[in-house]
Amino acid sequence: MSRALRFLPLALLGIILAAMVWRLANPGDSVVRSKLAGKAVPAFSLPAAIAGKPALGSALLATGQPRLLNFFASWCVPCIGEAPVLDQLKRRGVAIDGIAIRDRPEDVADFLARNGDPYQRVGSDTDSRVQLALGSSGVPESFVIDGRGIIRYQHVGPIEHDQIPLILAELDKAK
Amino acid sequence: MIAEAGLEALWLAAALALAQLLFAVVAVRSQPEWSDAVRAVAVLQGLLTLFAFLMLIAVFARTDLSVALVAENSHSAKPLIYKLAGAWGNHEGSMLLWVTVLAMSGATLAAFSRRVVERTLIAALGAQGALALGFHAFLLFASNPFARLSPAPAEGRGLNPLLQDPGLAFHPPTLYVGYVGLSVAFSLAVGALLAGDVDQRLARAMRPWALGAWIFLTLGITAGSYWAYYELGWGGWWFWDPVENASLMPWLAATALLHSVGVLAARGALKAWTMMLAMIAFAMSMVGTFLVRSGILTSVHAFAVDPQRGTFILILLTLYTGLAFALFAWRTASLKEGAPFELVSRESGLVINNLLLCVILGIVFFGTLYPLFAEAATGEKLSVGPPYFDSVAGPIALLLAALVGIGPLLSWRRQSAPFARKLAVPSLAAATVLVTTIILAPDMRLLPRFGLAVATALAIASLLPLTGRNFLRVPLATWGMAVAHFGVAVSLAGMASDSAFTRERLVAAKPGDTLQVGPWSIQLHGLAPTAGPNWTAIEAELRASRGRGVEVLKPQTRYFTDPPTETNEAAILTRLNGQLYTVIGKPTGDGSWQVRLWWKPFVTFIWLGGALIALGGVLALAGRAFKGWRPFRRQERYA
Amino acid sequence: MLSVPAIADSNMPPAYWANRQLPDPRQESAATKLMFEIRCLVCQGQSVADSDAELAGDMRHLIRSRIAAGEKPNAIRAWLVERYGNWISYKPPAAPIGWPLWAAPLLLLGAGLLLVRKRISRRRAS
Repeated sequence: MSRALRFLPLALLGIILAAMVWRLANPGDSVVRSKLAGKAVPAFSLPAAIAGKPALGSALLATGQPRLLNFFASWCVPCIGEAPVLDQLKRRGVAIDGIAIRDRPEDVADFLARNGDPYQRVGSDTDSRVQLALGSSGVPESFVIDGRGIIRYQHVGPIEHDQIPLILAELDKAK
Repeated sequence: MIAEAGLEALWLAAALALAQLLFAVVAVRSQPEWSDAVRAVAVLQGLLTLFAFLMLIAVFARTDLSVALVAENSHSAKPLIYKLAGAWGNHEGSMLLWVTVLAMSGATLAAFSRRVVERTLIAALGAQGALALGFHAFLLFASNPFARLSPAPAEGRGLNPLLQDPGLAFHPPTLYVGYVGLSVAFSLAVGALLAGDVDQRLARAMRPWALGAWIFLTLGITAGSYWAYYELGWGGWWFWDPVENASLMPWLAATALLHSVGVLAARGALKAWTMMLAMIAFAMSMVGTFLVRSGILTSVHAFAVDPQRGTFILILLTLYTGLAFALFAWRTASLKEGAPFELVSRESGLVINNLLLCVILGIVFFGTLYPLFAEAATGEKLSVGPPYFDSVAGPIALLLAALVGIGPLLSWRRQSAPFARKLAVPSLAAATVLVTTIILAPDMRLLPRFGLAVATALAIASLLPLTGRNFLRVPLATWGMAVAHFGVAVSLAGMASDSAFTRERLVAAKPGDTLQVGPWSIQLHGLAPTAGPNWTAIEAELRASRGRGVEVLKPQTRYFTDPPTETNEAAILTRLNGQLYTVIGKPTGDGSWQVRLWWKPFVTFIWLGGALIALGGVLALAGRAFKGWRPFRRQERYA
Repeated sequence: MLSVPAIADSNMPPAYWANRQLPDPRQESAATKLMFEIRCLVCQGQSVADSDAELAGDMRHLIRSRIAAGEKPNAIRAWLVERYGNWISYKPPAAPIGWPLWAAPLLLLGAGLLLVRKRISRRRAS
């Protein structure tokens, strides 16, 4: 048996082990991110989530100023923790729109009454259609959208209190 | 007390594993009189590890909540069988089972081996001791099953409801005996290469181990597939999930090994291939253990994910496989291979068989790890799943299945008599099936269509070696071969049939509605709450009929509290020509309920075939065991 | 610190086409085939066809509605890949990053045949 052949298994083993060592050293990120960063928000038009609050459509996101688009739901536990943070952002002048995923109007109204309402508009996405169109994979998630309606930054999970500077910086970059 | 006894037994066993390795080195290099000591130590090590395992079973049986493992995985309200099976339904416990099988395999090799040359045997026991040492260390330092919890909680966290099933009692132990049983083939290969003894005697000694482990792997994988089929509620039986692939790869290597070792035993040829396959088979077992427990691949079946434990196993894997492959590279230079085989001969057939099995193994391995390679190289994530494996491994497996019919009809050394005539009937049958399906089912996809044709041809061809002879004088080993190959045909027919003929109905039905699926009329008679020992459920009553008589099926949605989970319990009706698979889902809000119905013709053939394959292996094993006891041995002519 | 989206269940029933079959069997068959090839976003390695997660149901609804509207499965797949990357499709891409996968079986077979050619030969004279 030729020398090359005899050492082939060892060589293959080396490559495979290298890949496994790489993976252990760089653990995979299980978060699925949207690939639409830098692209325009896909066109959509959602009905209002509750009476008395305007409905939301993609055209309304290109206002000339950056906006924050927040996906939430009344049945989403981390969203409760995120509510005060969104309130903080609103106080700092951030324009926030919300999309309620798989929610009934009464539940959304209840949630906003209990946890505060930082949203200028809230759309109702009962079959996750817009969520899928934007490449989001759960709640809560937030997107920074610039004045021309281009998606600039995606934040997966609730915005924590110490991440407020980060969000403000992204909004600033999107100006 | 019991837990401490178990832990101390493990420490002792680890020390003995070290002794086994050191004594073996001494015995092989200079003092052959130490051989008996090596054997004794190997047996003792096995028994101590077994004792430790029994202690684990004991603490689970008594629901001793001061043991951390019991507190995390058990509950006093569980039925006894799940308390016991729950001992290996978690990482530490299953690892202890793994090491127990490893140690007991070594003990069995030491106690009962007759055919192996002494020096090779001692070297093999040394290798086995080295394997045991590493994995004992893993248990003791990184996965202690006997760690105490203080203060002991009032109640355990409970066992994952998906595992509270007879499948848990059967599937892991069977699979582990298979995976880890291959370690003996590995050790024998290492021992033989070290001692310079790669020959027919070694092959005859290795064969029962390869065959035995392979039988258990076949049964374990078949059982696992059936368990997933009825437990997960969507009617699928194989998902090409990384953990499933991790169990398939050792099986593919072991199948190639047991055929290759047969050539080595009969003709003294394929020495290097057989040694390499023996090493690859157990290496695949270790890779599987690593993949499942390290968290580097996402899977529905993954154990508790822990990269640190993963690193430990990777180090062991690198050490053992690296040393073994280095030994191979060094020592195969001096192995003398025989003359080339005739193109049309049994040997060549087996070489092609091994080649195709290894190609499939390579595809499964590459496909499973490719997302990792791609992400390492480009940073981009991609997925490799059933569309890839089905379309690539499927046709090659089909080709292999077709050749399986031809190989056993060939003679050793050189096929002189024309044998094409023997293939006439199977070929005709395949052609008939092909034409029939084209006429009756023009929409069928290509792979299932050819699958049915090949299955028919193979079913006939596999029985041909039995024809033209006195049934009572056919060696048991030949019966084994025929039954196993026939089982492949049966399984293939089941897979093709399931793929081509399954009828599915998903509907929202109100009580009183009647639904159609295939030849069945099914009425949703009503729904009622019900309860079990540690669960409550909504149970639907379905009345199914296809002409004569009405059958009642009761699928459930079950709710467990410890831990809080919801599962679907499918209700399955088995008939000779298929299974009716029914699942009740969630209410849709307007008084109707989701109902999922499948009529799966001949799907049971898949697992029946698997059982037949294992049975064939048992017959072959028995046939050879019996043969070995005869006072003189004849030169093997067939199988 | 939570950085993974919530996986609680909502109060709403599943979307219309999540658990209903399309009336046209050919369309349903095409939809089912695609559903088995699209990965569930919130599961540990399941297709949307065999996942009980709500979002998987919504994805099935999306796929079935679009097939019913006449869209081709590959177009729907491309739409999803545009949003989530190649990860979401269980079928490896036809793009260069997927070429090694499709080439692997041929290479393996070729390499294997080369390996065995020395083991098998036809004797010229009997």
